[in-house]
Amino acid sequence: MDPSEVPPPLALVDVTKSFGSVRALRGLSLELRAGEIHALVGENGAGKSTLVKTIAGVHRPDTGQILSDGEPAVFAAPADAQRAGVAVIYQEPTLFPDLSVAENIFIGRQPRARLGTIDRARMRAETAEAFARLGVDIDPDRPANGLSIADQQLVEIAKALTRRARVLIMDEPTAALSGVEAERLFTVARTLRDAGSALLFISHRFDEVFSLCDRITVVRDGAFVSCDPTADLDVDTVVRRMVGREVTSLYPKEEAEHGDVVLEVEALTRTGVFADVSFSVRAGEIVALAGLVGAGRSEVVRAVFGVDRYDAGSVRVAGDPLPAGRPKASIRAGMALVPEDRRHQGLVMEESIGRNATSTRRRVLSRFGLLGARAEHAEARAWGERLNLKYGSLDDAVSTLSGGNQQKVVLAKWLSTEPRVLFIDEPTRGIDVGTKAEVHRLLSTLAGQGLAIVMVSSELPEVLGMADRVLVMHEGRITAELDRAQADEESVMYAATGQRPSEAA
Amino acid sequence: MTHAPATAPESTAGAPPGNGGRPARTRRRFREIGVLLAVVLLIAATWLHNPGFLSTQGVRDLFLGATVLVILAIGQSLVLITRNVDLSVGSVLGLSAFGTAALFAALPGLPVPVGMLAGAAIGLLCGLFNGLLVTTVKVPALVVTLGTLYIYRGLDHWWAGGRQINAADLPAGFLQLGRTGLLGIPLPALTAIAVAIAIGVYLSRYSSGRELYAIGSNAEAARLSGIPAGRRVVLAFALNGALAGLAGVLFTARYGTVDSTVGTGMELQVVAAAVVGGVALTGGVGTVFGAVLGGILMTTITAALPIWQIDPFWQQAVVGVLILAAIGLDRLLALRTARRLRGGGARGA
Repeated sequence: MDPSEVPPPLALVDVTKSFGSVRALRGLSLELRAGEIHALVGENGAGKSTLVKTIAGVHRPDTGQILSDGEPAVFAAPADAQRAGVAVIYQEPTLFPDLSVAENIFIGRQPRARLGTIDRARMRAETAEAFARLGVDIDPDRPANGLSIADQQLVEIAKALTRRARVLIMDEPTAALSGVEAERLFTVARTLRDAGSALLFISHRFDEVFSLCDRITVVRDGAFVSCDPTADLDVDTVVRRMVGREVTSLYPKEEAEHGDVVLEVEALTRTGVFADVSFSVRAGEIVALAGLVGAGRSEVVRAVFGVDRYDAGSVRVAGDPLPAGRPKASIRAGMALVPEDRRHQGLVMEESIGRNATSTRRRVLSRFGLLGARAEHAEARAWGERLNLKYGSLDDAVSTLSGGNQQKVVLAKWLSTEPRVLFIDEPTRGIDVGTKAEVHRLLSTLAGQGLAIVMVSSELPEVLGMADRVLVMHEGRITAELDRAQADEESVMYAATGQRPSEAA
Repeated sequence: MTHAPATAPESTAGAPPGNGGRPARTRRRFREIGVLLAVVLLIAATWLHNPGFLSTQGVRDLFLGATVLVILAIGQSLVLITRNVDLSVGSVLGLSAFGTAALFAALPGLPVPVGMLAGAAIGLLCGLFNGLLVTTVKVPALVVTLGTLYIYRGLDHWWAGGRQINAADLPAGFLQLGRTGLLGIPLPALTAIAVAIAIGVYLSRYSSGRELYAIGSNAEAARLSGIPAGRRVVLAFALNGALAGLAGVLFTARYGTVDSTVGTGMELQVVAAAVVGGVALTGGVGTVFGAVLGGILMTTITAALPIWQIDPFWQQAVVGVLILAAIGLDRLLALRTARRLRGGGARGA
């Protein structure tokens, strides 16, 4: 099929979009051809998500055109895009917690039985079929409420699958998936491509981009940079184009002096979630908790910090026992927790950047019990500069920031409490390369200043690049403790899957 | 950077361990059965205490008493499920009750069904206005309907001008509605049952009904899914208005005497009935069956307390305790379900 003869199912021509004074897209063009997986890469804030929402009919472009099969189309609402055969898997799952999984997948387009009622049996069967294709085991009748982020993402993928879309947009679908699940998704993506769908894949993981995609478009600051077949590109070139400069080192780990033990966790157990977890962290040390999604890493961190309860065991900070289940006491003892889900647990999205950044310091910043905007702003501005935060105004809602900058606000909020122990759960999930390196550099500097850091990460290079020590968890237990020198991809992976090297074929 | 394990183990996808089955649905059913049980126990105990409670007349009174509140609670659930609320229903009921009576009084030859439809239409218009205000002005429904609560009541006062319309001014055929029945069930109660079935089927079996749940559950996701959320919310308000109008018509048919104060303060009772029946104020949760049971429980308590010779002063307190108990139960069940659902990754111990 010669692409020049058949018009592409979807194309954007010279699209611009501004939000107030922020120009999110400046004349972007993109052509999604049938039977091709197209990668879109760019730093966070480069306009990728705006582009996705423009294709999805959520945003209307200010100028420029959307062409559907070569014909100009107006996507005034998501329903218009769906009618044109576009399905979107968003970065953040958009599920209905109170509806069943099957209903989530078919909402707005349920199969009809007689009298126009919903054909539940068919809905359930098609859901089960989609899950079977993805190789996952989720009960179609259970509510979406309580699904892990990975499972929510799988439901989103199943939703797109059952739409039999001609154009499938995937905005970082693998951010929360384990390797196996991601691999299954890729198999499905390839099947769809071979069946003639056009796919757009957005990811910060270059190995995925290079192994999956046929063509890579790079965007920077809302503008088109380049579009080439994958075969003509390598990672270095792409990264250079994305950031517009050389990225020196992704993991700028500095050697830090290790001091006294600040955190001791002993035989921590929560029935059914994790068991017998013991570890200690010294000042200036970065300890990574590695393992597959669902191994109980975040749960351990939350229990240590006191957000969740635990059934047995003890936590000590600088030798003093820490009461269980009391985050306030933990904060007083000098602990800070940057959670995995920053949109729901780390930030108040509708609140201003300034308010969010200073939310742990309200009492300190207030005078006579009154909190002045000036004190908040001064403090927030200082942290903004230290962390190289990119923002318009401190009064803007934090939701207007890109993922990386949101993470910096969460960091500012916690670092301003001058903690001794920092827990950070998936520090760079959904953050672009440039900001990623910045976050890593920051963590490294903080460790150098004597902060003890416990990092939960699903990204192996990050774990290996940043950690002084790696604790690997498998099914709720620590299965390996590896020094920086011992830890490599293989040893961590074996421990994470609960195997000994000798057993694995 | 792949962290794919060397061998392919089972998915980490969190299907609940064992046969976690249909927790939410079970929970909801359990929730409503709890209210049903309370109703049955209350009726049985009161009957044992005083068998007169379930005499033919007693049953008729129970049915008639519950009719208005039940219809209003069904309508309110439609709105609550979308994560909105309609506080104006008491005024809408009043306006439609007086409007219907005034119409019959002014046009003695008016066929009964036409007069009834007119009453429901008054409610429909009021509800439509509420819905359009909520969706276009994008002000919380609580505020909008608090405003229209006073506007509709004001209209009612202006229309009535201190007047009262008596049974003598109404056609006999219309008043007969409140007295005839089938198998001991009065016609108004039959109407309520029909409404419950129709709305119940709509909410559980039709896609636009399910979309009301979706909107209340996650409004942003509903927008991204291409659900015409604005239209659906307007529809919910309009239906609720029409049902409040219908309740007003039935009120007039039963009592025959109406003035402009009919239904004053009813809105909170209606919301209470829905909440007791398991319809969540936070949207996305609840069934018509639950709302009906909530309405029945509230009216049965009102009817039963005098028989137990409990000071009417305590009646309101009992209702209050009931609401708190219902909310407490909801919270407890939600926590339990959440724990069970989270069990997905729990293989540690």
